[in-house]
Amino acid sequence: MPAATTTETKPSPPPVEKIRIRVGGREIKVPKLMPDWQGKPQPTTMLQACALAGIEVPHYCYHPKLPVAGNCRMCLVEFGLPMMGPDRKPVLNEDGTTKIAKQVLPYEPTTVRGAIACATPISPGMEIYPGSPATKQMRESVLEFLLINHPLDCPICDQAGECKLQEYSVDYGLSASRFVEAKVHKPKAVDLGPRIVLDDERCILCSRCVRFTKDIVGDDALGFVNRGSYSTLTHFPGKPFNNNYTLNTVDICPVGALTSKDFRFQMRVWFLKGTKSLCTSCGTGCNIVIGSREEKIYRYEPRQNDAVNSCWMCDAGRLNYKWVNRGDRLTEVLKAEQKSCLPGQAGRLSYSKTTWTAALNEISDKLSKAPAGSAAIVASARRRRQPFGERRQKSELGRGAFDWHRSESDGLEFVEDHRRHSPRQHQDVDCLWRRRDEARHRR
Amino acid sequence: MKKPGYYEVEVGKVTLGELINDPAFGGGLRDGRKLKAVIPGGSSAKVFKAGEKFKLKRKGADGQMTAIEVDLLDLPYDFDSLAQAGSMSGSGAIIVMDDSTDIIEALSNIAEFYAHESCGQCTPCREGSLWMAKALHRLTHGHGRKQDADYLLNIAQNIQGRTICAFGEACAWPVLSFVKKFKDEFEARGAADEAHNAVRSAGPTQEMRPIAKSAALT
Repeated sequence: MPAATTTETKPSPPPVEKIRIRVGGREIKVPKLMPDWQGKPQPTTMLQACALAGIEVPHYCYHPKLPVAGNCRMCLVEFGLPMMGPDRKPVLNEDGTTKIAKQVLPYEPTTVRGAIACATPISPGMEIYPGSPATKQMRESVLEFLLINHPLDCPICDQAGECKLQEYSVDYGLSASRFVEAKVHKPKAVDLGPRIVLDDERCILCSRCVRFTKDIVGDDALGFVNRGSYSTLTHFPGKPFNNNYTLNTVDICPVGALTSKDFRFQMRVWFLKGTKSLCTSCGTGCNIVIGSREEKIYRYEPRQNDAVNSCWMCDAGRLNYKWVNRGDRLTEVLKAEQKSCLPGQAGRLSYSKTTWTAALNEISDKLSKAPAGSAAIVASARRRRQPFGERRQKSELGRGAFDWHRSESDGLEFVEDHRRHSPRQHQDVDCLWRRRDEARHRR
Repeated sequence: MKKPGYYEVEVGKVTLGELINDPAFGGGLRDGRKLKAVIPGGSSAKVFKAGEKFKLKRKGADGQMTAIEVDLLDLPYDFDSLAQAGSMSGSGAIIVMDDSTDIIEALSNIAEFYAHESCGQCTPCREGSLWMAKALHRLTHGHGRKQDADYLLNIAQNIQGRTICAFGEACAWPVLSFVKKFKDEFEARGAADEAHNAVRSAGPTQEMRPIAKSAALT
């Protein structure tokens, strides 16, 4: 019945406006607008169009979740636009197709003028040549420029194996360097902050880390000093790079300039097995990849999930892997009791094994006997919220009887969260139930 | 120049030759000197070599475009003529070099300036400007090579048109034009340095070598 079907169909989404372009000789239709780094619709770039066509354009400074800088010039591509006549109408070939004008330098019409694919919007009829000899030559020359002052210390570099300089050198590098001058020397092993070491000679000045900490974290901590080839990445004097997201800069650094103090020199990345997982440190549940070898975890890395953590994760959660294999990790239910020799004074905590049934019964018993306003439950913000909410509703105790310490489920709040867990603050509590590994976590 | 200075002229009313030789302007080269090169518009503009001839397009009275050939000194100093001659009026700073000028030294000075001025934001200019300056420093300090002319041309070619701003062209154009137009001088300097250094690095003569070797063995 036509009437019934029309009522059942949902309103169709507004049609996506598409542009017809050619990428590497193949005609494709791409949306006119695509999300930018903040997810806002913006004119589709050549790089996005090439990605839709299944062609990767090499790049260093471009990152899908960072503002575009366009300074590495690695993504330069040759391109052409429909040729326009004096009447502003497209000029046609003899076979009726639109004539394409390959873009050349205005002062030297024999030389190709490339455009950076990361920042150039596509237009109808545009032709992109990501595999042409001119494009290849531009990539080769940019890579050569990047490498002339690079220390080429891959054998001792932690980034080796996941380094964009290495990867593109295989594709576009010259087998031998023709650079015979002296290289520029810059600071080595710079202590940027508690978790990051910087090798300025390896830095290719892509500014990904600068943009990340400025635009994503909101901590304008990094910047370039000096000029020209002597440009150097550094932090502001006297202000260490120590926000809770610093280790993300190690992930996005395309080379081995920024390295993690925790992970550096621990393991070659090609030995690591990547396992998709979730960070269990807080309620956010950042998507991660666990890097492990022979049953030992070496690092966590964020895994992109735009609904949860985008491409990032906090340093606290990232360094939490160390608790997985610790010997004093809690694996069964323990009851902690304060045994005091003198009445009225806090004693040492002693632990005894018990079961969940016995423990929950005892808790429930004690809570129901406690006078109003005398009991408190301290819940970690690093737990999922839901079970606590349910338990609070199920316990027939009034809301006012509990002091719910709720903090943002974010690593930034961890320190505060831990203080509330400190046994010294709960010395007047005669029975404290807690997971031992969590309480010791931050000490 | 006899009268270097700051002059205001109407665009297109004077030629380069008048600006150089007219007593109202430059007043001619110093006595006994010959013109070698002219940079018409600031150090980033492409250099003109003395005696160069240029083909300019001119619109005749009948509206037809005709090509005329002019000598360097007859080149009108205006935007279009200089652009058609392959350079630019740029900042309007005309640099005149006579035959006492070492053209390699001059280019080295310009390249050093541009390496110092490069902001360092984008790769080709940041790395290329200092690379060219270092190569030219080598050439002016007795460590040149014959292939350095092509080496420099290739580096400059890889910079122009691939940078964020026009500074890429500014640092590449002097190198491109100097080396193209005075290639013989660059190659001769490189070859001379190579020959000189080959003698220096050859070490002891053949007759002396066995003695040195046996002394080292004992």
